[in-house]
Amino acid sequence: MAASDAEAPGMRPWILMSPALGAVVLLLAIPICFILVYSFWLRSAVGSEQVGFHLDNWVEVLTDRFYRDILLQTLRIAAISALLCILLGYVPAYFIARSTTRHKTVLILLLMLPFWISYIIRTMSWINILGVSGALNVFLLWTGAISEPLQILYNEGTVILGLVHFLLPFMILNIYVSLDGIDPNLVDAARSLGATGWQAFLQITLPLSLPGLAAGSLLCFVLGAGTYITPMVLGGPRDAMFANLVFEAIITQLDWPLGSALSLALLVILGSVVMLYTRFAGIGQLAKSFR
Amino acid sequence: MSALARAITGWSLIRAFTVLVYLFMFLPVAVVVLLAFNANQFGSFPMEGFSVRWFAALWNNDAIVRAFKTSVLLGGLTAVLSTTIGVLASLALVRYDFRGKGLITTAMIAPILVPEVVLAVALLLFLRWLEMPKSFLLLLLGHVIFTLPFVVLIVQARLVAVRREFEEAALSLGANGFQTFREVTLPLIMPAVFAGMIFAFTISFDDITGTLFWKPGGVETVPTQIFAMLRHSISPEINALGAVMVVVTVAVPLLGAAIARRMATTLK
Repeated sequence: MAASDAEAPGMRPWILMSPALGAVVLLLAIPICFILVYSFWLRSAVGSEQVGFHLDNWVEVLTDRFYRDILLQTLRIAAISALLCILLGYVPAYFIARSTTRHKTVLILLLMLPFWISYIIRTMSWINILGVSGALNVFLLWTGAISEPLQILYNEGTVILGLVHFLLPFMILNIYVSLDGIDPNLVDAARSLGATGWQAFLQITLPLSLPGLAAGSLLCFVLGAGTYITPMVLGGPRDAMFANLVFEAIITQLDWPLGSALSLALLVILGSVVMLYTRFAGIGQLAKSFR
Repeated sequence: MSALARAITGWSLIRAFTVLVYLFMFLPVAVVVLLAFNANQFGSFPMEGFSVRWFAALWNNDAIVRAFKTSVLLGGLTAVLSTTIGVLASLALVRYDFRGKGLITTAMIAPILVPEVVLAVALLLFLRWLEMPKSFLLLLLGHVIFTLPFVVLIVQARLVAVRREFEEAALSLGANGFQTFREVTLPLIMPAVFAGMIFAFTISFDDITGTLFWKPGGVETVPTQIFAMLRHSISPEINALGAVMVVVTVAVPLLGAAIARRMATTLK
């Protein structure tokens, strides 16, 4: 063993880490500091921003009723979507966890499939189903149940539908991981002590699956609340979500300072949800579904 | 007997519900693929015969072919870059103990904890401050940063399972650190490295949220091209492009899984 080897391990992990760490610092940490700085600048008519410390953007974001309403609408849509994902996702997760090995592999593979199928394709696919000349309307017209095509697309309901369709696999996977880790002997023990199947589920299985349920809900809520594509494709003009405001400010109006304040507000709100969660459950639960 | 009957009905209800949920997940996409073969010129029901004319139309549409090339190039470069730096970081995180490890582990997965819109705005602002115009490079860097956490999580999980004794044996037999990595560690974690690359490629190929912010004017990827086409109305061409997308994003991982399995068996 040369002397250099004794010193080397001190530096080696940092050398190995430096490209990735450099990328995270340079492409994420510093840019986010920039949002903060920019949010205090002012937009000027000539194009370049007025540098300084102005609270105007923040006052606008925090006091304007328009922004508050859209924020509440965003949180409501994300919460409803997460809740629907729980209602739709728990039973399939339970089924996968309890099925025989051969079925299980196929079901899990199928569950991974939507992750691979393009998000934009899955979102727009609903236009083929619910649009004026979509499958549903054509079918209903054919049966004679309606005489005019129904306008079912482009409202809050279809935005939620699109989000649930996009988020459901995340929920099922997280609940499944939790359910699969439960020792089956626990349920058997409860049954042999006289509990009915339903009682054993309520008192053993359900509480033990709560970590997965919480991780899935968090993921669905945060991903749902940060989206702007789904409302643009499946929503009407009044169904904008918070991220749409950011897109609008930055890309359409080129109002960078206002866009900065808006995206920072979104980061703080969703960030505090994540913080609150990691405080109670730890970050590890989220990483579990990758194992 | 009646208890058994009840149990069976309960279970079959659960199964029926599961089947419905799976149908909900897949039916709309199946409809896209089905309508891509529709001979009807409006791309909607009812089907008027089977035709591949819309796929031919895709092939002759320069904008779409260009978008496809951009997406493949972007996804490929993202996969290589992201996996390279991700593997190095995973090695450091799993094989060494150092101060601030917890913080750095969190930093490595931070890009998926930050909403993609915020990430997109942040990076865009930084480049604006540097007075660099939007470019393909920005798009690439953006895609690398948000695929990195997935690579790190996958490779880390595999690396934890590789016993340190193998590396120690190589080192004690006189191999240096790099040789040990190349001859021992890398072959053992190859399936995960491969999986990470596939993951990074598909995420990049699929991304629209960040891409719409970062793409320079005139450059389109397949998802942004579809998005732009959707502005007008849904057309059979979009469905055909959707079908191609589905095939690419499903076939690449399946192919990857098959190759990874081959690699795993040859190792044994």
